[in-house]
Amino acid sequence: MRMLVAVFVYLSTLLPVWAEDVVAGFSQDSISITTNFSGSEILIFGAVRREAPIARDTNLEVVVTVSGPSRPVTMRRKERFGGIWINRAFAHIDAAPTFYAVATSAPYRDTISSVSDVLYSISLPRAFRNVAGGADHASGFLEALARLRAEEGLYQINENSIDLREDTLFSTSIALPANLVEGDYLVRIFLTREGRVISAHENTIAVRKVGIERAAYRLANEQPLLYGFLALLIAIAVGWLVSALFRMIRA
Amino acid sequence: MQIYLPIAEVSVDAFAILGIGGLVGILSGMFGVGGGFLITPMLFFIGIPPAVAVATSASQVVASSVSGVMAHLKRRTVDLRMGLVLLIGGLIGAGAGVQLFAILRAMGQVDLVVQISYVVFLGIIGSMMFVESIRALRKSRHGSAPKRRKHNWIHALPFKMKFRVSGLYISVIPPLVAGALVGLLAAIMGVGGGFIMVPVMIYLLGMPTKVVVGTSLFQIIFVTGFATVMHAATNRTVDIVLAVVLLVGGAIGAQVGTLIGTKLRAEQLRILLASLVLIVVAKLVFDVLVEPAELYSISYQAGVGL
Repeated sequence: MRMLVAVFVYLSTLLPVWAEDVVAGFSQDSISITTNFSGSEILIFGAVRREAPIARDTNLEVVVTVSGPSRPVTMRRKERFGGIWINRAFAHIDAAPTFYAVATSAPYRDTISSVSDVLYSISLPRAFRNVAGGADHASGFLEALARLRAEEGLYQINENSIDLREDTLFSTSIALPANLVEGDYLVRIFLTREGRVISAHENTIAVRKVGIERAAYRLANEQPLLYGFLALLIAIAVGWLVSALFRMIRA
Repeated sequence: MQIYLPIAEVSVDAFAILGIGGLVGILSGMFGVGGGFLITPMLFFIGIPPAVAVATSASQVVASSVSGVMAHLKRRTVDLRMGLVLLIGGLIGAGAGVQLFAILRAMGQVDLVVQISYVVFLGIIGSMMFVESIRALRKSRHGSAPKRRKHNWIHALPFKMKFRVSGLYISVIPPLVAGALVGLLAAIMGVGGGFIMVPVMIYLLGMPTKVVVGTSLFQIIFVTGFATVMHAATNRTVDIVLAVVLLVGGAIGAQVGTLIGTKLRAEQLRILLASLVLIVVAKLVFDVLVEPAELYSISYQAGVGL
């Protein structure tokens, strides 16, 4: 306990020296998923507010993360068994973000220390929760998940992608792919010096389906049976209509 | 043109989906198969999550079958009585199949069982049809008419019924059992089962080929319709936007396919279907024997929107 107090006292003495704060904004506060949605881009920009003159002894860096809603995922791996390749090993991940992007103003290792990374859950591996199914090869599954999603543009690590001017103004843009999941996207902005976080700022961007997309999604989840019959009815109606149309053309 | 699918939560090219629907529709109209065994892998290929692909293709099969049946009804090539008997068996089989599917899923071996059933059933049926139709083609070229009615053990069974459209007087037991078996397989493999039903009708029940296609389509409508509602109610994986785009392509394709079907001779039709089935089998065998480029796959747990 005394130790903890000592740490707090130590930290509080450090704070005034780095009294730097983030003021940030986004190009859009919400993203609408319409029928012809084909991805989007958000511009994240801001400024560093400070009372004292800019400290030149250490470098100021900026880290931005954008994370989509988390969902459970099961990873499977094919193995050769009796001459054929089948899914054998698997791992359940209780929560994996459906979208995750990290942008930094310098090479990743120069912007954040591994302690701060753990403390603030900044890098992608920190975003995974409760991995079950054999701890010995769990890391292989996580790497595969990260790789597969990175190929789809769902996981991004954009080093050196933040434009930081005069240690005061910064901006970056993050590309959102078309296969975006609905939900609140958490945007976090960190200011760091010597790998330590000196200021953090959080905000959300709402990603929502609109119009037909919204109606279909809600009906499917709230009235699944009705939705099923509706889907069936539409199927039969379209089949019959096209058939009738063809008969008319041929007659 | 990109469209965003609300349930699958992916954005895909609308023309790719129209094309897939159209291609499968043509096959459906020509051969009386629902096309489920082709449409599902094709949807995987363009990035639709498997659960959504399986459930949505069921509704697509309903539509293309309705369109096909309308065309066949007009030409009076549907044996409604036989279709009903097959359907009763089919629904019983599908109900049991859904239960079996749940057990396999709990064991984590659905993929393997589905793949093996595809290889075994498609392989047997494909090679049987291929050999048979080549023999028939050779015979008809020599001028001798193929033997129409074979008297086998099926004619010794009780509960006989008259199927006037098919020109048959046989027991209801074989079509009931055949319907149930096909329904069971259909539920496990996630398809309409036309590719199994058609050969069963031709070779086991001895129905004339012209009636087989329409009758098969007729019973497929109900089996896949049942599957669509079940998937929507339990897994919430039927994507209505995906279905509609597939439907438009599929329904047009089915009409074109029916036209092509009337132009070709029955033996030629059978050879084509047999070749198609054998190609799919070869692809499946290749997939399980050769080391895949990507060993890992992401699967989403049911009931969380995907």
